[in-house]
Amino acid sequence: MSEHFLTVEGLGKSYPPAGGKASPPVFRDIHFHIEQGEFVCIIGHSGCGKTTILNVMAGLERPSEGNVIMEGREVVAPSLDRGVVFQGHALMPWMSVLGNVAFAVKSRWPDWKKAQVEAHCARYLEMVGLGQALHKKPSELSGGMKQRVGIARAFAIQPRMLLLDEPFGALDALTRGTIQDELLGIVQATRQTVFMITHDVDEAILLADKVLLMSNGPLARIAEIVQVTMPRDRTRNTMHHDPQYYRIRNHLVDFLVNRSRDYAGAAADARHPPVVRPGLADGPEAAIPEPASGRPAARAVHS
Amino acid sequence: MPRKEALKAALLSLILFAVFLGAWHIATLPKESTMAAAQDAEYAALMGKGAEAKGGFPPPAQVGKAFVAYLSEPFYDRGPNDKGIGIQLAHSLGRVGLGFLLAVLVAVPVGFTIGMSPLLFRALNPFIQVLKPISPLAWMPLALYTLKDSSVSGIFVIFICSIWPMLINTAFGVASVRREWLNVARTLEVRPLRKAFLVVLPAAAPTVVTGMRISMGIAWLVIVAAEMLVGGTGIGYFVWNEWNNLALPNVIFAITMIGVVGMALDLVFARLQKLVTYVD
Repeated sequence: MSEHFLTVEGLGKSYPPAGGKASPPVFRDIHFHIEQGEFVCIIGHSGCGKTTILNVMAGLERPSEGNVIMEGREVVAPSLDRGVVFQGHALMPWMSVLGNVAFAVKSRWPDWKKAQVEAHCARYLEMVGLGQALHKKPSELSGGMKQRVGIARAFAIQPRMLLLDEPFGALDALTRGTIQDELLGIVQATRQTVFMITHDVDEAILLADKVLLMSNGPLARIAEIVQVTMPRDRTRNTMHHDPQYYRIRNHLVDFLVNRSRDYAGAAADARHPPVVRPGLADGPEAAIPEPASGRPAARAVHS
Repeated sequence: MPRKEALKAALLSLILFAVFLGAWHIATLPKESTMAAAQDAEYAALMGKGAEAKGGFPPPAQVGKAFVAYLSEPFYDRGPNDKGIGIQLAHSLGRVGLGFLLAVLVAVPVGFTIGMSPLLFRALNPFIQVLKPISPLAWMPLALYTLKDSSVSGIFVIFICSIWPMLINTAFGVASVRREWLNVARTLEVRPLRKAFLVVLPAAAPTVVTGMRISMGIAWLVIVAAEMLVGGTGIGYFVWNEWNNLALPNVIFAITMIGVVGMALDLVFARLQKLVTYVD
C-alpha cells in the first residue's frame, strides 16, 4: 500500500452526539491513493465531508478512525510539505499582497535574506498575474485576485503536495475560467501533486487525472473513481471538442443528480471502489457515437 | 461638499457657544441688592483673591479672567497650594500615564493568555467579574494602608480601574481571531511566538486598542476623584482646593481643562485605533 505517494486508509469521521442523539458518522471507510504528480479532484454534494477529508490530509483535523500516509509517514499535524488553499482566501488583511506571500516564504526558509524573499514572492505573484499589485492590501483586490494571492502563497512554499478546498467556489464564471487556465498552466509546468475539492464538473474534467465521486452523507463513501482519459494537454477552449468530454461529463452529472444518494450506507468493497473510464466506455453513454478511431471500449475495471 | 458641511457645523457650534455665554451672562447680572456691601468688603479683605466669587455664581467675564490669568502663566510654583495649571495637569497626567502603562503591561499579556486558552479564561472569569464592578475609589483605603503613600495609591487606583476593559477586550479579541488565519499559520508551521506577534496580535489589535481607549477614558475620570481624596498635587486636588477657597471661576476653569485634556487623550487613542484597524 505504501508505495503510493499518498494513501488514505479507512478514514472515518463522526461528531460527538448533539442533543443526546448519536449521529451516524459523516463518512466512513474512505480509501484512496494519490500518485506523485497526479491531479485528483473530489466531487460530492454538500455535507458529505469533503472538506473534513481535506483537513485531515492537511493535518488540521484528526479523523475518528483511519489515517493518511504521505511518503511513508503518517500525517498527524500540518506541515510545510502540504500547501493549502482555503475556501475563503484566508489572507491576512493587515499585510500587503507581498507581505502575505512573504509570511509563508519566511516560514519555509527562515534564513533567507529580505531581498531573496521578495524576489521569490514576486516571481510567484507574477506567475498568477499579480505583478502589478504587490504592495496593495487584500481589501483593494477583487475576489479573484485575492484567491490568486492564496494560490501564489501555497505554490511559493514549494510544497510536496497542494490541497485546494473549492478555491474558485466564490468566483464568477469568467474569473473562474481565467484562474483555472492559470492553475492548469502552472500545474502542467511544475508537475505538482494536487488534491482539490470542487463542485464544478467542468473544472474537474479540465484539471483532474482522476475524479473521486462521493456519495451523499451521512455514511458517505467513495462511490466511484472516474479516470479522465482525455490527453493531459487539454485546454478550456478546446476540451469540449473531444468526444470523450461529453461522455465523462454526462457520467459525472448523472452521478451527482441521480445516483449519489443510492450509495448512502450501501455495502460494497470500500477498499476498492470501482474505477471507471467513461471517456472510453460504451456503457450507458453508448448513445454518443464513438470517434472514428474506435478505441477499445473499457468497462469498469478494478484496481 | 463635506468640507462645506464641516464649516457649517463649526459655525453652528460657535453660535451655540455664543448663545450659551450670553445666557450665562444675563443670568449672572448683578442684582439691585447692595445692602450688605460694607460688611462684604471687610470679609473680602479677609479672604483675599478667592472671595471675588462672593456675589454668587460668577459671570463669564470673571471666569474669562481666570482663564487668561492661569493660561498666561501655566507653570509657576509658589508653594504647595499655589501652582500653575500646567504643573497640576502634569502631575495628573503622570499618575494616569504610569498607572495606565502598568495596567497595559499586565492586562495585555494576561488577556492574551486567557484569550488563547478557554480553560484559563473560564478559571479566571469569576474573579474578573467580581473585581470589575468595584469602584476604583473603594480600593483607596486598602491602597493607602498597604502602600503608605498617597501618590502611589493614586497610581494604584488608576492601574486597577484601567486594567479591566483592556483585559476583557484583549481576551475577546484574541479569542475571536479568525480560524482560517490560525489554520494558515498552522499549515505554515509558524512558531508560537511568531504566530502571536505576526498573526494573533495584529488580528486582535483593533479590539485591544478599543479596550485601551475605554480604559484611558475611565482613568481620566477616576484621577480627578482620586486626587480630591489624596490631595497634594494634581488637577483633582486643584479643583478641591479652589472649592475650599470658594474660587468658583477657578473651579470652572479647571473643569474645562479636565474636559479638554480628556478629549486630547481620547483623540490620541482614536488615532491609534485608526492605525491598527484593517479593512477585511
